Amino acid sequence: MKTRKTSPAQHVSFLAHRRFLWLKVSGALCVLSIVGYVSTDFDPVRNGGTWYGYTLGVIGALLILWLSLLGARKRAITAGHWSLKGWTSAHVYLGVSLIIVATLHSGFQFGWNVHTLAYALMIFVILSGIIGVFFYVYIPRRMSDNRAEMGQMDMLKDISNLNAMLDDAAQPLSDKYVPIVRKAIDKTKLGGSIFRRLSINDARCSTREALTYFQTEMRNVEAKERSEILDMISVLERKNSLLLKIRKHTRYKALLQIWLYVHLPVTFALIAALIAHIISVFYYN
Amino acid sequence: MANKYDIAVIGSGPAGISAAAHAAELGLSHVLLEKTDHLSDTIYKYQKGKHIMATPDQLVLRSDIDFEAGKREDILARWENQTQQGELNVAFNSDVSEVSGEKGDFLIKTKSGETFNAAHVILAIGTQGNPNTMRCPGGDLPHIQYTLDDPYAYFDEDIIVIGGGDAGIENAMGLIANTLLANRVTLVQRADGFPRAKEANVKSLLQAMNEGRLDVLTQAETSLVEDKFITLNVSDGETRLPCDRIIARIGSAPPRKFVESCGVAFASDDRMAYPILSPTFESSVHGLFVVGALAGYPLIKHCMNQGYDVVEHINGNVDLKPADEPLLAEKFAKLPGDNDVSAILEFLRQKITIFNDLTSLQMREFMLDSQVHVFKKGDTVFKRNDYGSSLFSIAEGIVDVLIDPNDSTKTIAISEGEIFGEAGLISGRRRNATIVAASDCILVETPRNSARKLISTVPAVETRVNQIAVERLLSQIFGAGLSKTEFSAVIADAEIKTINAGETLIEEGADDTDIFIIRSGSMLVEKHIGGKDVFLSYVSAGSYVGEMALFEEGRRTATVKAAVKSQVIRLKGAYFESLLGANPDLKAKVMDELSDRRAMNAFVEGQKSGFDSVADLYGARANFLIEQGLGEATDALLIDETLCIGCDNCEVACAESHDGISRLNREAGQTFAHIHVPTSCRHCEHPHCMSDCPPDAIHRAPDGEVFIDDSCIGCGNCQRYCPYGVIQMEKTPPKKPNLLSWMLFGVGPGPGQANKAWTKKTLAKKGNDAPKVAVKCDMCKGITGGAACVRACPTGAAIRVSPEEYLSYSKDPTKAKA
Ligand SMILES: Cc1cc2nc3c(=O)[nH]c(=O)nc-3n(C[C@H](O)[C@H](O)[C@H](O)COP(=O)(O)OP(=O)(O)OC[C@H]3O[C@@H](n4cnc5c(N)ncnc54)[C@H](O)[C@@H]3O)c2cc1C
Ligand code: HEM
Ligand code: HEM
Ligand code: SF4
Ligand code: SF4
Ligand code: SF4
Repeated sequence: MKTRKTSPAQHVSFLAHRRFLWLKVSGALCVLSIVGYVSTDFDPVRNGGTWYGYTLGVIGALLILWLSLLGARKRAITAGHWSLKGWTSAHVYLGVSLIIVATLHSGFQFGWNVHTLAYALMIFVILSGIIGVFFYVYIPRRMSDNRAEMGQMDMLKDISNLNAMLDDAAQPLSDKYVPIVRKAIDKTKLGGSIFRRLSINDARCSTREALTYFQTEMRNVEAKERSEILDMISVLERKNSLLLKIRKHTRYKALLQIWLYVHLPVTFALIAALIAHIISVFYYN
Repeated sequence: MANKYDIAVIGSGPAGISAAAHAAELGLSHVLLEKTDHLSDTIYKYQKGKHIMATPDQLVLRSDIDFEAGKREDILARWENQTQQGELNVAFNSDVSEVSGEKGDFLIKTKSGETFNAAHVILAIGTQGNPNTMRCPGGDLPHIQYTLDDPYAYFDEDIIVIGGGDAGIENAMGLIANTLLANRVTLVQRADGFPRAKEANVKSLLQAMNEGRLDVLTQAETSLVEDKFITLNVSDGETRLPCDRIIARIGSAPPRKFVESCGVAFASDDRMAYPILSPTFESSVHGLFVVGALAGYPLIKHCMNQGYDVVEHINGNVDLKPADEPLLAEKFAKLPGDNDVSAILEFLRQKITIFNDLTSLQMREFMLDSQVHVFKKGDTVFKRNDYGSSLFSIAEGIVDVLIDPNDSTKTIAISEGEIFGEAGLISGRRRNATIVAASDCILVETPRNSARKLISTVPAVETRVNQIAVERLLSQIFGAGLSKTEFSAVIADAEIKTINAGETLIEEGADDTDIFIIRSGSMLVEKHIGGKDVFLSYVSAGSYVGEMALFEEGRRTATVKAAVKSQVIRLKGAYFESLLGANPDLKAKVMDELSDRRAMNAFVEGQKSGFDSVADLYGARANFLIEQGLGEATDALLIDETLCIGCDNCEVACAESHDGISRLNREAGQTFAHIHVPTSCRHCEHPHCMSDCPPDAIHRAPDGEVFIDDSCIGCGNCQRYCPYGVIQMEKTPPKKPNLLSWMLFGVGPGPGQANKAWTKKTLAKKGNDAPKVAVKCDMCKGITGGAACVRACPTGAAIRVSPEEYLSYSKDPTKAKA
């Protein structure tokens, strides 16, 4: 039995998967829904209560359920000829088509009720998804350029090497400088809270503090100590620019994940609201 | 004069101990001479706590000493015990340097000047050899050591590491890993660079040097060692450095020289060759026997059995059947007729031409590794485009080669006694034809490693296999329609040439017209445009290069270089020309391919300035990928960093599909122009990892996957041999709670490779004695849908490709993504 599936010989993005197959499918779904909507005569109002409304509602609800299954598909690595890339491609395009399908289903009858809550949550999930796709398209290349062919581990290893060099460079300096260098070595933080991860410039970075300090100090020291201080500054500058690089990297990584922290929980809220919506329409009608 | 013994056993590995124990049991006077101050140095040097395996399972142990799978410490302790109880006469610290004399009267001398007299000598010194020692004055001072067991054992010392191979570099890097220990380390290397070390090692060494964490002296040689100082000869004179400790890692000498000095003849000059031995393990010197790893049997059980057997032989038991007899009998069970093992071995040896010159001991060894197949008329032996590198020999019957994939009536017969499958063996690539049994047949299938061993140790076999391989390859490419005489003229002219990686085969602008058929390896085609070498294409084994000059006024239009070490068959251009003249079909075929290549050249030339930078980038990327091992890959994982979001779902998927260990490290590995080559197996044409696997546990599956089966004993050789660092030695982690209970209730560590803490905790609960074995990518062999890393990538960043697909130049260079 041949079990190997050969992938295409070149890289193809999930957006262009199978020559934009899912873009086409989703486009067709939208066009059909609109054509159906305008060509059907409704009385008295166009909304989910008509047979056409029911049809679109069911399609919409099934789509939402299927879209929610992506999380399970991603984690259940079973055998078989599926590709997560294909799933993502379909997810993205069909997800967007929900804007049309669900809106037409509602017949634009919005109000302060659980129906519209479900709708709003759905739109929220979709918007966050679109932002996610934007990040997926925009960030990877920049993240790769920023890393400049280094890996995350390489960068962290370089930091510890630079720390060792700071240690060396501090040896010839007079004792009063030692605490500042030690602080730059021991107290420089990377990562942390989500806000820290998203900001590139850590205002309280002890390496930067040390750098500014020594740059000012240059003006005050005697000529014979100057060359040692210069050495120290050059190492601090290297560490500082590497820190910037790492912080950018961390920020990119955080951006690639942060939207999912909206997308996923709101999906659960959406499903709850949707169930409430469906129960309520059957209960009250 | 010292005592005279019946038997002197040299080397106290499993083979030696077992021999001495049996001599003791039989009451023969004996001495066991061991170089070190402990038993079994090879096993002694295994990592602490290593789990030693007792493969092959079916083989019975025949020894007076016990052995079963278990911890290194337990096994060594037990052997120690039993040598004492069995009253073995062991002489430690007896490093034998000379064996002379003859049967009945051997004289054995040790380095320290002791002598021993013996009627028989059993050499059981293994294959580890001796580390090369320092030769300069002071080279015997006590602060020189040849191993580094614990890099954290030293504090605040000036340490000189000598030797720029992997061992030296790894030791030096280990010594500086912990800065708190404040050692000052200098690495001294004789050559100008580090040609013998792995790329990754050299890179981290140079980086550490640039950061001032250690010193590196190249083109430097030690001229004097004194207490606290070392003097080095460097390019601009002499330098004397402070030095508390010297760690010399200057390679080790295989024991062959010593063995030859005892008069023992080897099968050939090849590095892989073993001593020539009789069925009773007697070497070319009467009364001198060779057993164990040195005789070519690297597993402990084999070694111990041989130690026992050889003493039986010496003691006059000529009817003793080797312990592996039942294994062979089982193999031969499906053969029709009488199943006497010796008779069948003899039958195979006589029937199959390449086995004719083998001794019966060699026959046994090859048949232990090989499979015997019985095929019915019409059965398919293997299919075109399967991967396979085993060699088939026909003991009985005839097979047909289907030479035309579209027409199953076009066949060539291969007759009894001949071989087939040699093309896959040589190129490491797919089978180039389907083979069908033309009558009922008995075939012997020898796996790649044993076949290569056979070829390289028996010169006659090498000549024969090469001759057949060249003939068949030529007839496959050019042969159809040639008359016998024309064909033999072409063959007579053909010549096999080996070219090293990076060496030029064809120089652009030169006026020679030879044609080269690539037999193994691969080539890069480049063209010189506007002062730069522009990459044109990648050509793999089975294709030919050099035909263009015939049609382009006899000038080479491009340069062809070897991407990896390769072998080509050279044909004279003139022959080829007349061949084409006589054969219009062939000419049409060649012209067709030619017009493609020509169009490409014209295209590249026409675009000179326009896509300069794109072409440059493309070429640079191709070179990068070749450096990363794609030149010898059959299938590699490549990640496009412009798509990768770093979600690591590829690793999760890998771990989920393979016992919870990811065989892929996405972060590690090199990147160039947004293409990242993660640390993951390339499934090399000629896998380096297979070079020295004692139980022969590494194989290539028909779809090309290089995989390790469960006979792995965890020796770590493959890990050392793989130049791309893709093999890990790991314990199988415990089973995790299922996905649903994690998703709903958060039970267990979740999908992917479990974190270390969880694994450790769970293993501790269950009793932690799983052995460490070699773990690597098997391309999801046997899993429907194929490579999980690719299937699980949400963005399309991860793909698996073969180099010929990936490196073929898209004619629209804008498609060669910038
Ligand atoms: C890391 C590793 C793991 C392995 N794991 C396994 C396993 O799990 N299971 C398994 O079956 N096999 C395993 N093997 C293979 C196995 O260890 C060897 O093949 C086996 O030890 C060979 O036995 P031997 O008796 O032929 O020689 P060795 O065990 O190599 O013993 C040779 C002895 O001779 C001594 N000697 C050498 N030269 C002289 C001299 N001139 N004078 C005196 N004495 C000398 C040496 O000091 C040594 O003690 C492993 C190998 C390695 C490297
Ligand atoms: C099984 C699927 C569904 C069924 C059976 C269904 C049924 C209905 C019905 C009967 C109505 C009319 C209620 C009324 O007139 O009072 C309605 C309205 C509506 N539905 Fe659905 N629906 C479904 C799925 C969805 C989905 C997926 C969404 C979007 C998230 C959605 C959002 C709405 C909205 C916003 C309205 C308009 C509310 C209003 O009329 O006040 N429905 N639906
Ligand atoms: C109502 C509609 C939608 C629902 C219910 C939904 C639900 C989900 C869920 C459950 C996940 C899995 C998250 C995880 O486990 O990691 C997911 C992932 C994702 N969604 Fe949606 N989604 C919707 C619409 C969209 C839309 C419109 C887009 C984009 C245009 C989108 C883009 C994505 C992307 C890019 C991912 C991440 C895929 C990955 O990295 O594996 N989603 N979505
Ligand atoms: S493990 Fe290493 S040597 Fe073996 S096939 Fe893979 S990449 Fe090649
Ligand atoms: S697979 Fe590797 S570790 Fe296992 S026995 Fe073979 S060489 Fe040794
Ligand atoms: S699964 Fe794809 S996107 Fe995720 S880390 Fe792996 S290669 Fe990158």
